[in-house]
Amino acid sequence: MSPLLSFFTSIDPRPKTGVPLKVQLSEIDREMRVPVVLFVTSAILWLQVGTIFAMIASIKLHNPEFLQGFEWLTFGRARSAHLNAMAFGWGNNAIFAVALWIMARLSKVSVKHGGILVVAGAFWNIGVTAGIVGILTGGLTSVEWLEMPPQVAPLLGISYVLVAVWGVIMFRFRAMGHVYVSQWYILGALFWFPWLYIIAQTLILWVPARGTVQAITNWWFGHNVLGLWLTPMGLGAIYYFLPKVLGRPIHSYYLSVLGFWSLALFYNWAGVHHLIGGPIPVWLVSAGIVGSIMMVIPVVVTAINHHMTAAGNWRAVWCSPTLRFIVFGGMSYTLASLAGSAMALRDVNVITHFTQFTIGHAHHGVYAFFTMTMFGGIYFMMPRILNREWPSAALIRTHFWCAAIGITIMMVALHVGGWIQGEMMIALDADGNPKYAFLEIVAMLVPWLFSRSVSGMLLAIGHLAFLVNFFWMLAGRRSAKSQEGPTLLLKENEEEVR
Amino acid sequence: MKNLPLLFTGIFFCLAFSFSGLILSSLIQYGHLEPVTEFVNHPDSGEQIPGAFVEIGGHWVEGVNQPDEQTFPIPSVGLAQQGKQIYIEMGCLYCHSQQVRRKGFGADFERGWGERQTVPRDYILQERVLLGTSRTGPDLMSIGMRQPSAEWHNLHLFNPQITSPGSIMPPFRFLYRTQKIGDTPSPDALKIPDEFPDDQPPPGYEIVPTDRGKALVAYMLSLKLNYELPESRFSQ
Repeated sequence: MSPLLSFFTSIDPRPKTGVPLKVQLSEIDREMRVPVVLFVTSAILWLQVGTIFAMIASIKLHNPEFLQGFEWLTFGRARSAHLNAMAFGWGNNAIFAVALWIMARLSKVSVKHGGILVVAGAFWNIGVTAGIVGILTGGLTSVEWLEMPPQVAPLLGISYVLVAVWGVIMFRFRAMGHVYVSQWYILGALFWFPWLYIIAQTLILWVPARGTVQAITNWWFGHNVLGLWLTPMGLGAIYYFLPKVLGRPIHSYYLSVLGFWSLALFYNWAGVHHLIGGPIPVWLVSAGIVGSIMMVIPVVVTAINHHMTAAGNWRAVWCSPTLRFIVFGGMSYTLASLAGSAMALRDVNVITHFTQFTIGHAHHGVYAFFTMTMFGGIYFMMPRILNREWPSAALIRTHFWCAAIGITIMMVALHVGGWIQGEMMIALDADGNPKYAFLEIVAMLVPWLFSRSVSGMLLAIGHLAFLVNFFWMLAGRRSAKSQEGPTLLLKENEEEVR
Repeated sequence: MKNLPLLFTGIFFCLAFSFSGLILSSLIQYGHLEPVTEFVNHPDSGEQIPGAFVEIGGHWVEGVNQPDEQTFPIPSVGLAQQGKQIYIEMGCLYCHSQQVRRKGFGADFERGWGERQTVPRDYILQERVLLGTSRTGPDLMSIGMRQPSAEWHNLHLFNPQITSPGSIMPPFRFLYRTQKIGDTPSPDALKIPDEFPDDQPPPGYEIVPTDRGKALVAYMLSLKLNYELPESRFSQ
């Protein structure tokens, strides 16, 4: 047998026939252990890094003299380091762990040569680190969502392919039979992300397109990082964990089909609404608005599907750490997406565009939906991967409440503050002159920006609780708890829940 | 849904649809815009008629750019071009936009940010387009006309509170350096008002912009919207 052929035979991940399902799943969990632990550990560390940069950027906005002597921490760089640490450090590592694990479990295949995954993951983290150091030291590109110096792109690209290809291999060798909705989302996203990334890199940084074609490419890419990468991965996770923990099937197969295809079709047109009123052909703006409004369909359909699945089980939702986060995420997805559709209307956009409202909206989607969902996924996954329980329910509770209250305060501060900012920006007096001087608007905004820093402190405490709990779990010996049962947030009704 | 090729085809075409609709079609539609001249030479008399497209004898005649004619937009060169690099690497874009919306949509016109809306042709000579999506600070498309003095920009970058009390812009003091006054004070030394004692240099010293500071100010001064395009006239 040629070496090439023997390699392909050796990666055939199909399980041996005749093995009971439970054994298969625990075999899959065992083989995923090393890569998943690597990804989750890096994700959680990046989460802390991103939080630190977030706090620096946030404080600088109401207190501009803060750390002003450090050129590498000037606002534009600190906020870009925050965004990239969160999106590509925390977000992608969390996705690599959670999505690949879901894919492996649903396809009922195990990972052979998991070492390649580990190497790819290591290079991904080296790439993100180099990118963030680049941002801080003057390599910032000032292209939104593509801030890292273009030199790190090949490294990220190669590591991404090495990771993503496993998702496709798993799907290719899946156990025959029904393909679950989470698998479509994950497969779609694994394919969409590199396409978006390569086109954006090429048309903006390597061979810059002429004029504002760059801006269109930028928002096609930037919005689709949310729409076709973070969102499908988050939704795939919700579709997996919600029925799994509740022990009942998803409400409607047909609604999940409709939700998936309408999302795939409409979301990728929506990004242009970031350029409403801007120097691009008006028909493109209109197309973007149509795409944004049509997003109501997948959002409502998915919301109904999730709600009907969870309905009547609210006590279980409240007891399970996974579901508390996941349901918070799912509800935020509905709210954030509907708000996003509304923001694409010209009458709303003229107020919200260019204000803190947009920044609030971005955090609504990326934090309240995506990040909360990934927290939930990690809370479910790690006990199965490590064969240990989470050491402290109190820390999980702290994490949940800090995150939930923190992000709620941030939403109120940025949405309300941003809306007032937008109204003041366009308000005209009877003579047709601006009613408020620019610096009056800035002064109005400062208390809202200050409340955002307060909310950031809460989130930081939550993230710290998560970090402590995770490393405690990782370091702890096999605890007695794994025999007693899972760590739940309400002890007394344990039987009822299971 | 079990059919892998069908699933994959769907996944492919969904993104291909928006890729061709948004990216490829805008490349085709206006990916080759050229600068324009303000004049069309009359085919018979050779007389110059203002406008990039002029109707002569029932036909639309397009102006042909001559080597010695001024074409628009005006490219930014030299020091200003270096300053743009500083603007990019400091991330100024995250608070400042560079686009003017049409009159009646928002209050860009009323705030004095530009006499006309900006159109795709305004950006064709820029290697990196910095439209921006946030106005935590004002729009800068025409800042070189609103604040034409380098002194103002230097004070503003050194400490925004000097020129704009209550601003939340960070100070960029690292673009300036304190040096001993030579035989004669430097012409570009900052004249910091007495109300800012903490910012004063020690006696016998002066604060001057570094090369990067000079470049950034040159870029600010080069941002002007003082020309018309056939598709966007003043007061539109």
